[in-house]
Amino acid sequence: MKMMTYAEGIREGMSIRMREDPNVILFGEDVGKFGGCFGVSMGMIDEFGEERVRDTPISEGAIIGCAVGASATGLRPIAELMFCDFLTVGMDQLVNQAAKMRYMFGGKISLPMVVRLPAGAGTGAAAQHSQSLEAWLTHVPGLKVVYPSCAEDALGLMLTAIDDNDPVMYFENKVLLSMKSEVNSFEPIPLGKGKICREGEDLTIITYGKQVYDALEAAEKLAADGISVEVVDLRSLYPLDKELIAESVSKTHHALVVTEEVRRGGFGGEISAIIGEELFDYLDAPVVRIGALDTPVPFAPVLEQYYMPNAQDIINGAKKIL
Amino acid sequence: MAISNEQMKDMYVKMRRIRDFESTAAKLFAEGKIPGFVHLYLGEEAIAPAVCECLRDDDFITSTHRGHGHIIAKGGDLNLMMAELFGRETGYCKGKGGSMHIADRDKGILGANGIVGAGHCIACGAGLSAKIRGTDQVCVCFFGDGSTNQGTFHESLNMASIWKLPVIFVCENNHYGISMSQDRHQAIKDVADRGAAYNIPGVSVDGNDPLAVYEAAQEAVARARAGKGPTLVECKTYRQHGHFEGDPAIYKPKEEQAAWMEKDPMPRYANFLVENGVMTQEEVDAVDAQVAKEIEDAIAFADAQPIPAVETAVVDVYSDIVEEVRDR
Repeated sequence: MKMMTYAEGIREGMSIRMREDPNVILFGEDVGKFGGCFGVSMGMIDEFGEERVRDTPISEGAIIGCAVGASATGLRPIAELMFCDFLTVGMDQLVNQAAKMRYMFGGKISLPMVVRLPAGAGTGAAAQHSQSLEAWLTHVPGLKVVYPSCAEDALGLMLTAIDDNDPVMYFENKVLLSMKSEVNSFEPIPLGKGKICREGEDLTIITYGKQVYDALEAAEKLAADGISVEVVDLRSLYPLDKELIAESVSKTHHALVVTEEVRRGGFGGEISAIIGEELFDYLDAPVVRIGALDTPVPFAPVLEQYYMPNAQDIINGAKKIL
Repeated sequence: MAISNEQMKDMYVKMRRIRDFESTAAKLFAEGKIPGFVHLYLGEEAIAPAVCECLRDDDFITSTHRGHGHIIAKGGDLNLMMAELFGRETGYCKGKGGSMHIADRDKGILGANGIVGAGHCIACGAGLSAKIRGTDQVCVCFFGDGSTNQGTFHESLNMASIWKLPVIFVCENNHYGISMSQDRHQAIKDVADRGAAYNIPGVSVDGNDPLAVYEAAQEAVARARAGKGPTLVECKTYRQHGHFEGDPAIYKPKEEQAAWMEKDPMPRYANFLVENGVMTQEEVDAVDAQVAKEIEDAIAFADAQPIPAVETAVVDVYSDIVEEVRDR
């Protein structure tokens, strides 16, 4: 067992594969000498050199496009977008190229590439550096999407993402980067496998990323009121662990979906719809979604905190159901 | 310029293949045999064969929505291309890509592309890959003048320049971005001028003369292979048809079209070969007959291929997920 920060988990996942395979490379804005805007790749340039830990110009289209071309021709690149908000600039390369090439070309080209996407609010970075845009990517056939919540998952999902033969979108939550947790396994974690973070009988909270911790806090408080909450961390948004959701909801008969994204058109809606369509007979109450305010992310700390869903919002959501 | 007679003949064969493939595609499209859209390379045949004459089988190319010529020049299989245009299960892309998305990884063809300007970035990736893997492969990025106004053009030429990537940017300046003529869509006459912004060589050549294209491409490829970085090669040419088949091209002045038809690369190059004793007229005729047969065979092949089974629609979205995507 080892204590590691979430950032160290990501770094160690990348480094393990880079030590084993010269075709694994990392590139992005300031990932090299600067060590990454949030220090995630700190020191990697010293271990692997500037050819393989490569600083790019501020050119998000070319960064993702480079990953497309490199992965089509023998490398297993990891491309970092400093903030997932910058997806907008590189979206064509991701959505029209990376996601569709295997299909359009009749399976003749594989794109084993990872795009790292630092996401989430809580850092005072305002509307263009704080979004949770996972739903944009879960909406696109051809992409896989993961979102770890702790160091061990960050490491294991990074290994799997690099090993996978399809483009994997790897969300990393900025607020979690410095959080330490136990790492007991250095093995790949299969895509499409969620986990139970807390067992319970009365209500299932389905969540991922930073909201796992808010959900656990809410569960603890609800326990004091005699409400037993099960918390499911999806870890992988596509492929999605529908079996785990079904197992839990068929036991508790109540489902609360918690995400940091704005609710409108979000991935939480997708989970909620799946539960409604496939598990209706098990439900004793309608599914409830908790998310952020339906606004851009505001700047002032008090506004930003108000924007983000917190444990109390989750408790309120639970009480709507029960 | 060092070019053998064999190479000059090979270029003619490929040009003829493209001309006939495209003329046939135009006819088949008009007859309703080909679904969707086709964007033809007619008039630009001197470029891709001359550029690809400088490449090895293991080199890469990226292409465009007007991609048939590039694919044929890099060694694409006419039967599989025609079957794909017909939307058949055994076509290049199993009927899932069509005219705008033909790729052949084994021949280094990283795909025609429906998004204008997208290939530039992908070519940088292929160039970076060659560099990291320590090979001397190069990647040619074909694109039109229209795409030089996309941000990706700037991002990619800059990136290729600072990293000295083995990429050759070949601009097929056919003087139109869809309906907008070059003098309306940009304030320069020579796209090659833009090379200066990236501190890379920018050369402009007669794109209807395969030997001029070959000479420029040869130098650019040698430079890329030697690790000296990218070159921007502009080949001035003309799109003889509309943007897509069915586009009446009312925006093209008649005099302009007529003047460029005078410079049609096909008779021009055939005459050159005969006049300079590279080929006899009989040899030229024999190539023409052989290519006509190849095209006939391709149509017969395509016609005989099965329509895709609808069940296959879910295959190849992912490397390992198939049935799950059938849910609707």
